[in-house]
Amino acid sequence: MPVALWVHLPTSGQMPVTTAIQTPTVTNQAQLPQVAEPRNPGMELDLDWVRRVQANTSAIERRAASLPGRRSVKKEYQAAWLLRAITCIDLTTLAGDDTAGRVRRLCAKAANPVRRDILDALGIDRITTGAVCVYHDMIETAVRALNGTGIPVAAVSTGFPAGLSPLHLRIEEIRESVKAGAEEIDIVISRRHVLTGNWQALYDETKAMREACGEAHMKAILATGELGSLRNVARASYVAMMGGSDFIKTSTGKESVNATLPVTLVMIRAIRDFHARTGYRIGYKPAGGISKAKDAITYLAMMKDELGDRWLQPDLFRFGASSLLSDIERQLEHHVTGRYSALHRHAMG
Amino acid sequence: MTIKEIFETMDYGPAPEDAGEAMAWLDSHDRKFGHFIGGAYTRPGKGFDSRNPATTEVLARVTQGTRKDVDTAVAAARKVQPKWAALPGHERAKVLYALARLLQKHSRLFAVLESLDNGKPIRESRDIDIPLAQRHFYYHAGMAQLQDSELPDREALGVCGQIIPWNFPLLMLAWKIAPAIAIGNTCVLKPAEYTSLTALLFGRICQEAGVPHGVVNIVTGDGATGQAIVDHPDINKIAFTGSTPVGRAIRKATAGTGKSLTLELGGKSPYIVFDDADIDSAIEGLVDAIWFNQGQVCCAGSRLLVQEGIAEDFYRRLKRRMDGLRLGDPLDKAIDIGAVVDPVQLTTITEMVAGSGGDVYHADTPLPAQGCYYRPTLITGLSTADRLMQEEIFGPVLVGMTFRTPAEAVELANNTRFGLAATVWTENVNLALDIAPKLVAGVVWVNATNLFDAAAGFGGVRESGFGREGGWEGLQAYTKPRRKSKAVAKLAAVPEPTNPKVDGLDRTAKLYIGGKQARPDGNYSRAVWSQKGHLLGHAGLANRKDIRNAVEAAHAAKAWSKTTAHLRAQILYYIGENLSARADEFASRIQDLSGANAKAAANEVAIAINRLFTYAAWADKYDSAAKPVPLRGVALAMNEPVGVIGAFCTDEAPLLGLISAMAPAIAMGNRCVLVASEPFPLAATDFYQVLETSDVPAGVVNILTGDHADLAPQLAGHMGVDAVWSFSATNLSATIEREAAGNLKRTWVNHGKSRDWSGADGEGRDFLAAATEIKTIWVPYGE
Repeated sequence: MPVALWVHLPTSGQMPVTTAIQTPTVTNQAQLPQVAEPRNPGMELDLDWVRRVQANTSAIERRAASLPGRRSVKKEYQAAWLLRAITCIDLTTLAGDDTAGRVRRLCAKAANPVRRDILDALGIDRITTGAVCVYHDMIETAVRALNGTGIPVAAVSTGFPAGLSPLHLRIEEIRESVKAGAEEIDIVISRRHVLTGNWQALYDETKAMREACGEAHMKAILATGELGSLRNVARASYVAMMGGSDFIKTSTGKESVNATLPVTLVMIRAIRDFHARTGYRIGYKPAGGISKAKDAITYLAMMKDELGDRWLQPDLFRFGASSLLSDIERQLEHHVTGRYSALHRHAMG
Repeated sequence: MTIKEIFETMDYGPAPEDAGEAMAWLDSHDRKFGHFIGGAYTRPGKGFDSRNPATTEVLARVTQGTRKDVDTAVAAARKVQPKWAALPGHERAKVLYALARLLQKHSRLFAVLESLDNGKPIRESRDIDIPLAQRHFYYHAGMAQLQDSELPDREALGVCGQIIPWNFPLLMLAWKIAPAIAIGNTCVLKPAEYTSLTALLFGRICQEAGVPHGVVNIVTGDGATGQAIVDHPDINKIAFTGSTPVGRAIRKATAGTGKSLTLELGGKSPYIVFDDADIDSAIEGLVDAIWFNQGQVCCAGSRLLVQEGIAEDFYRRLKRRMDGLRLGDPLDKAIDIGAVVDPVQLTTITEMVAGSGGDVYHADTPLPAQGCYYRPTLITGLSTADRLMQEEIFGPVLVGMTFRTPAEAVELANNTRFGLAATVWTENVNLALDIAPKLVAGVVWVNATNLFDAAAGFGGVRESGFGREGGWEGLQAYTKPRRKSKAVAKLAAVPEPTNPKVDGLDRTAKLYIGGKQARPDGNYSRAVWSQKGHLLGHAGLANRKDIRNAVEAAHAAKAWSKTTAHLRAQILYYIGENLSARADEFASRIQDLSGANAKAAANEVAIAINRLFTYAAWADKYDSAAKPVPLRGVALAMNEPVGVIGAFCTDEAPLLGLISAMAPAIAMGNRCVLVASEPFPLAATDFYQVLETSDVPAGVVNILTGDHADLAPQLAGHMGVDAVWSFSATNLSATIEREAAGNLKRTWVNHGKSRDWSGADGEGRDFLAAATEIKTIWVPYGE
């Protein structure tokens, strides 16, 4: 694997960049980046930076509320954006009644997310979802089912969703999942560290988990619905990135409030700031509650406007979603036929 | 591009709003419009083209309103006004409600037409202008409903001439027409010549809503038509929104005519960012501040003040955000910035920026090939002395500089002739609530910007104009007290008797300036004689330098405006107490001066003491309000002192007249320069001894004696005076209103009409309202 030539360009912010430049790794998935992106090695915990972070809820809500009215994509642009959204979906099943059969069906859908005739009409050869996301016990099944598709398997880990099992077991769970073939690990943070302002503990835990991930990419689930305030969401985002997360992710999907646009704005602004100061691009994954094609477009527009086009690729953006795909399929068929579609016309996942 | 290509580029692509309905409406009028007078469209006359600034395409031809057209419109408005005002409030409420509903039902047509005509992005007209216009009619439908019970002592002014700008055509129409007609006035409104179309469409809505013919009249045209409205003798009130120079001209033109006037003028509003702010949100706020409506917003946060320590990072992030703004076809739904209203305006902006120093940054964003577009621009490195830091650009151009401390931020923010709006960003509630009252502005937004609502007053101080739009305070400008008054009688001083009687030791009455008794600068005095020919003493003849000194002393006493209401009340009570101790002496003086009988003179002193108690009572009871705006947060309508008030006291009641002007002014935290009764000045000069013993800080009350007609232009023309009142028997109204145009100070003059000083008309809420400015402080909250 050739090492991409990459120059570290810290910006003129007040933050000293303490991390040594590590050898960039290049992900090797078919879905994944055309552009080589160096992995975030993490950095020392900078509490000054963390504590300086502010998030004004009202202002953030206003921006989030006005964005859908500011950005609109129509016709072929809409179709293209929806196809892009599909490639960013972590097609997910995280249910107690998951079985091998259920997971194989999901994997098949991930590899063929849109009906062939619709893709043909749109002039697209092949797309797949960004990943398939399952519990640990389903990893092997999924890996086998996806063999040859280039679609990575993501596993939720670390005592998902509450993250309250013993730390050594959570770390071990990551190792087991990586060993089982997961290329992406969605860890959950300890909300109590955020709620008590124990940033050091959160940092140490994240760092340990990142170490356990090894080559697998780590998505840190902040469970934003349980963090109490947007300021906490912002601060937790920074600590998770300092701890070496490759992605930060909103929710397990099991909290009462999951991904929202205000939370998204806070997290991606943290990503932008982190990039401006360290040069590392961190990915973002909203999860839970995004089920409409229109919502997916709004999320993409927010990524585009706040972070830039680079973050519209699946190596830096994912939707954690289970029912979003079926709505997008209907919209795509509508684009092709000019007539509203129906659920049963598309293969279920 | 193919879908496959877009899949890679992820461009937005065009998202056009259909203009078909709006064009069809224009076609239905043959693209030629007359005025809307007496409930019907008149035949199109000579006029001008109304163009779409994004394409320069002609949308329609609009008629240039002549003096005759204005006459016809005013006659129609006059004819129906008494009947309209006599309707029960509920009947007018029904009409306003219908207007609100119809605006809602035709909202997209209005939005599209507005964007076509003005060039603003369809998102703004659709999501901001039109909904706010609807809200204004809903809100004021409620005002009409409540008028009979809540405003029994006030009545409509009559016919209102209203002149509005092109930046928010329909919204400004709503701000003007809704409160006016709600309360029983009728209107002749002139839209700006660039943007007449939605006003003309509003005419149709009036027909559908059953607005009685003549209640709403729309006359189109340019400044000459506006002039005809301003000059019209049968108009009772002028409401103008637009530039400060034009506002100033209108102030002069209407001086002394008795026309009521409100002006909403320009600004150079500060946008202050402290180092503990949510920086990204503050930057997004700037998008809503200066890149809203292409920066063509009177209250635009156009003067960025950022704390020095974060400035570099702030500017870097801001430039990045600017690069993401999308310019283009106003009818595109994914456009942030549309077209500047007219090539003339574009040239002005271009030239102003070209002539500027500093670091000029134009956003790195594509510009449409044709049409009136200007890139979002940031200019940093300017100082307060630079022209662009002082003058309104009225375009998408932000100028920025840094500050070190909160005190310096306030100083810089207030270092302007304007005073429309201000924005403060900080996460520290102590800082925010400390700074907001210190900013000289009619509206302050905390951690937000450009929030508007019908329930919250909007308007400026200083040269940003006067009067409020919205809320109960907005109705003040469209009503007058129900009060009978007659012409004020001129009282002559007692002439020098042929056989002067001089007794006792010579007493020297002086001026009272800055807590000191001061000899008049000119060293001229006038003898004051009793009705029986006794020499009572001499009163100094103050001149312009005495006014200068008094105003300076009043400015130096600015701490008075920060004292607690309780303390002000205590001092007013104490003045009353000390006056009471010398009641007999003052009664005797009044008898000598005015020839009042003993009972009447004693009564004047008693009422004066009573009046001091009234305002001592009001000092801590003239409550500010929290407005129920549609937002999680609060809009505080804070009563603030006007500042330095100059007052020509009534001639007739030498003591009571002085106190009736002084007490409300100082109760509300103002400092004042009082010009005593011209014929009977010595009660006022005796009174400064009472002030001296009553703990009144030096400079809070300054008393001058002299010739009203000589002093009026000096006091009204002084740029450091914030308001001038006249209750003088000399008719100073025209002089004061004309001279006040200089710094657009507030005026409250009697237009030669009397007032019963001993009764209810001599005190109360009218005085309190004149002694205060309402500042609306918006504080959204939420964690």
